[in-house]
Amino acid sequence: MAGQQQVSAAGGAGSKQGFRAWLNKRMPVDEFMSSQLTGYYAPKNFNIWYFFGSLALLVLVMQLVTGIFLTMFYKPGEATSFDSVEYIMREVDWGWLIRYMHSTGASAFFIVIYLHMFRAFLYGSYKSPRELLWLMGMLVYLALMAEAFMGYVLPWGNMSFWGAQVIVNIFGTIPVIGSGLVEWIRGDYGIADATLNRFFALHVVAVPLILLGLVALHLVALRQTGSNNPDGIEIKAKLGPNGKPLDGIPFHPYYTVKDIVGVGAFLVVFALIVFYAPTVGGLFLESANFEGANPVSTPPDITPVWYFTPFYAILRAIPDQRLGALAMLLAIVAFFLLPWLDRSPVRSIRYKGWISKLALTIFVISFVGLGFLGMRPPEGAYVVMGRLFAALYFLFWGTMWWWSKADPVKPVPERVTYDAH
Amino acid sequence: MAENVVGMVDEVDLSRRKFLTTATAATGAIGVVFAAVPFVASWKPSERARALGAPSELDLSKVEDGQMTIITWRKQPIYIVKRTPEMVASLQGHDNMLKDPKSEDSDQPAYAKNPIRARKADILVLIGTCTHLGCLPKQHFAKADPELGSTWPGGWLCPCHGSRFDLAGRVFEGSPASVNLRIPPYSFPTETRLIVGVDEKEKGAA
Repeated sequence: MAGQQQVSAAGGAGSKQGFRAWLNKRMPVDEFMSSQLTGYYAPKNFNIWYFFGSLALLVLVMQLVTGIFLTMFYKPGEATSFDSVEYIMREVDWGWLIRYMHSTGASAFFIVIYLHMFRAFLYGSYKSPRELLWLMGMLVYLALMAEAFMGYVLPWGNMSFWGAQVIVNIFGTIPVIGSGLVEWIRGDYGIADATLNRFFALHVVAVPLILLGLVALHLVALRQTGSNNPDGIEIKAKLGPNGKPLDGIPFHPYYTVKDIVGVGAFLVVFALIVFYAPTVGGLFLESANFEGANPVSTPPDITPVWYFTPFYAILRAIPDQRLGALAMLLAIVAFFLLPWLDRSPVRSIRYKGWISKLALTIFVISFVGLGFLGMRPPEGAYVVMGRLFAALYFLFWGTMWWWSKADPVKPVPERVTYDAH
Repeated sequence: MAENVVGMVDEVDLSRRKFLTTATAATGAIGVVFAAVPFVASWKPSERARALGAPSELDLSKVEDGQMTIITWRKQPIYIVKRTPEMVASLQGHDNMLKDPKSEDSDQPAYAKNPIRARKADILVLIGTCTHLGCLPKQHFAKADPELGSTWPGGWLCPCHGSRFDLAGRVFEGSPASVNLRIPPYSFPTETRLIVGVDEKEKGAA
């Protein structure tokens, strides 16, 4: 309430004097707060799925802060990287905490982003007019993958080295320019000091800047269209006498308070992992990476960290390197096409028919299944299952154009369905 | 002075303005491309990295028959196997199980583009990184290795994605790798010396 009063007061020109008036004449502070927070109306029927956007922002800030402190002690270089990480872990006061927050933060980032994306799948948040909002988000996801990959190389453990080898060599499957491109990326005839140093520069400077820029664009696009909601209807279509959506409430204080509860719950889980199980049994930090990089000895199984494994499983499901790499690329590109592949007349899963529900279930099972198989050695039944899930995965995307239109949808309500509490 | 007033009329020659804007933007874009060249080129292997890519040598008398040894050349592991006559014989009879039995699509010097994939039948030299995604294939030289079935003639199995290669580094059908293991340029300056990275004896004395 206090926030709203301040805004209306600031709205009346010259009604306030002193520092605040002086400030607002020179910088639109109150105007910005009003347009972005207290005067920005979000649908009042948000549910638990709407926590993950703000949590992603929290994790981003946490990664930036812990990352800045890690660079104060980390020394990039073939001879120094591994030792400096051990130095941080053993000899820097609280260094272990800062590093585990950063390594756990990487996985946490992907967890909240995947859940945030799943929310968009559930409620059709990518559909017109939010296509660009979705695309900006997908670019954030891509930048995040690049950031996570290069960050994983920096400790220069054996999995860092061989992970880099495998991922960089994927570019070698491009016809004609492939081998030259790989040499250019590495800056040497193998993964070497030069590679490590440029990944360091990209990881701590270039990609974070790109990431921040993309996140800003994502929010700009969100402010333009407004949030979708679990009913998938436009709240802007029904305005109250004050010109604000009847089904909307000001983002601040209502959703800032709600998000703080989400932050609290998130931090409890986060702290439990950081303090009690920072490796999560090899899922967040792989055991092979507690050994220094060794160019003449591969770890028994080269597997990426869990957040890449669905795509990795697709890569190796296909017994041809070029087609495998192409399939992996396609698996990611498909997400970018989603706003145009889904031709359903309704947004939310609540009003979609059985075909959409079945398809989404199949998609989730295949994605999670691929993620599991990407962590297993490529032998026996795992190979067959990998091919089956990859086929289901592409079946979901490849036929969406048809089933999304044929799906028997239910009528959509005029106003959001919502129980006051 | 009076004539100069003409220059202050409010009319703007739009086509001229459009041409100038386009020309300026194009010049700027070309400038950006040229300015990008040094930055892009800085990522190529440096002078030092190229110098460290010099040839590597091995004294073959220290390798036992039927054994494999690994040296590094340009930071790549080089597999060197002293093949016994039985191992050479094992290369025959499974061409139908191979993706590229004649090494048509594979990467090797001309003198190794033969069924034994070597200059001399008893010495096999390979770049030991899997042609799939660069892991190190592990040696399974025993015939009918229990892990690989009764038809296994001996060779390598990649632990990462399961590519299989025979004792000439030729890839089996059903492997994710599409081509045979690569062979670096190499030569024998003397009977017992191997030099990797140099093609001919004459140039070999490093």
